[in-house]
Amino acid sequence: MREIDASGVTAAVRRLCIDANNLLEEDVMAKLEEAIPKEESPVGREILEQILTNDRMAARLGMPMCQDTGVAVVFVEFGQDVHVIGGDFTEAINEGVRQGYRDGFLRKSLVTDPVIERKNTKDNTPAIIHMQIVPGESIQITLAPKGGGSENMSEVRMMQPSDGIEGITDFVVDRVRRSGGNPCPPVIVGVGIGGNFEQSALLAKKALLRRLGSLNPDPIWNPLEVELLDRINRLGIGPMGLGGRTTALAVHILAQPCHIASMPVAVNLQCHAARHKTAVI
Amino acid sequence: MSEAIRLQTPLQDRDLTALQIGDAVLISGIIYTARDAAHKRLVELLKTGRDLPFELRGQIVYYVGPTPERPGQAIGSAGPTTSGRMDPYTPLLLEAGMKGIIGKGQRRPAVIESLVKNKAVYFAATGGAGVLLAQTVKASRIVAYEELGAEAIRELVVEDFPAIVAIDTQGHDLYQEGVKRYRQEEPTR
Repeated sequence: MREIDASGVTAAVRRLCIDANNLLEEDVMAKLEEAIPKEESPVGREILEQILTNDRMAARLGMPMCQDTGVAVVFVEFGQDVHVIGGDFTEAINEGVRQGYRDGFLRKSLVTDPVIERKNTKDNTPAIIHMQIVPGESIQITLAPKGGGSENMSEVRMMQPSDGIEGITDFVVDRVRRSGGNPCPPVIVGVGIGGNFEQSALLAKKALLRRLGSLNPDPIWNPLEVELLDRINRLGIGPMGLGGRTTALAVHILAQPCHIASMPVAVNLQCHAARHKTAVI
Repeated sequence: MSEAIRLQTPLQDRDLTALQIGDAVLISGIIYTARDAAHKRLVELLKTGRDLPFELRGQIVYYVGPTPERPGQAIGSAGPTTSGRMDPYTPLLLEAGMKGIIGKGQRRPAVIESLVKNKAVYFAATGGAGVLLAQTVKASRIVAYEELGAEAIRELVVEDFPAIVAIDTQGHDLYQEGVKRYRQEEPTR
């Protein structure tokens, strides 16, 4: 049994909030760079250049690359031999978000109730926390700020097993087509297949965390990822929806077993500011 | 891309009617920020015949909710938000004299019709380019609804703010035309 102080969790989350918003991962930068010479639309190329310039400036100036610094989505892999002392673990994460969004001059983008008053919570809490208990005596925290523009274009559909691969492909491509420029393309398309209603959505979101350019750890999905990316990039939506070849940088699929009657499919769109950072305590 | 056209606010009809979809522009002068919550309030004022908190005639409204500025900065990151959420409010603001909009993403037909009717233009800025766009903001002050935080209405002084004409005064729509131009047929399966 290892003891970890709650204050250490807060400090780690604070840092992750700031770093995730200011420093885009190299894999995303590399995919954006690769896209420029392939983009046929002059407007599209100009937009891709602006995005890259912006992301480099953000890192250099220590500013958030996008003004939508998002909801703090936190994936925790909690070692079962860890004992948190000196405070409430969930509150320690929220305090880290509070401090990170304050000290990093990040935008507070959450409202209290979603319908009636919609008053800003003023500190970007509560975070959305996904906990998983794993073997070991460390805590791994991945913080993924998620903006509203791309999240709003996401969808879960309870498909039928008979819809098959073709049904899934049509649904995913059509979801991207209907989204047009709204999710800030070029996007990354997270597809969750299986589980159940809520699990499919979580799979789709987790799929976004995979490194761009990496193969699917489960090779049965590689051909479908390739086909989906090809079909999506034939849509013509292009950078920011103004026409072009670069609509998506990648399609990532994550699947798990499901009920004999079901085939849930979720699509979680991620804008080009595909932000996430991980720390291990 | 062709060389950018320079625009100065307040906008003149002759400047706007010359613009075509796909044109790159650099905007200078005063522009106003407003997004979801501010739009709701502005439209309530218009519907009850009251004055707006700023002069809208000939002006550009930029859909943005910036990050907080650090000491010494005019503004934090300040890229556009999705315009479609403002669609229900936009025709009324155009009727009240708004001549330009900066945002991102497609607009519904009622907005396009109103842009044509009021000889106004919809400009697209690059979503997610918040730092790049913030460099063009030379000054910023809150003119209304400070309590809305990031959603307050601000008056920005911008210099060479880069944007692309997405819907022009004739109602041409780059979100439709651009996509049509680059769409490719599916391979036969």
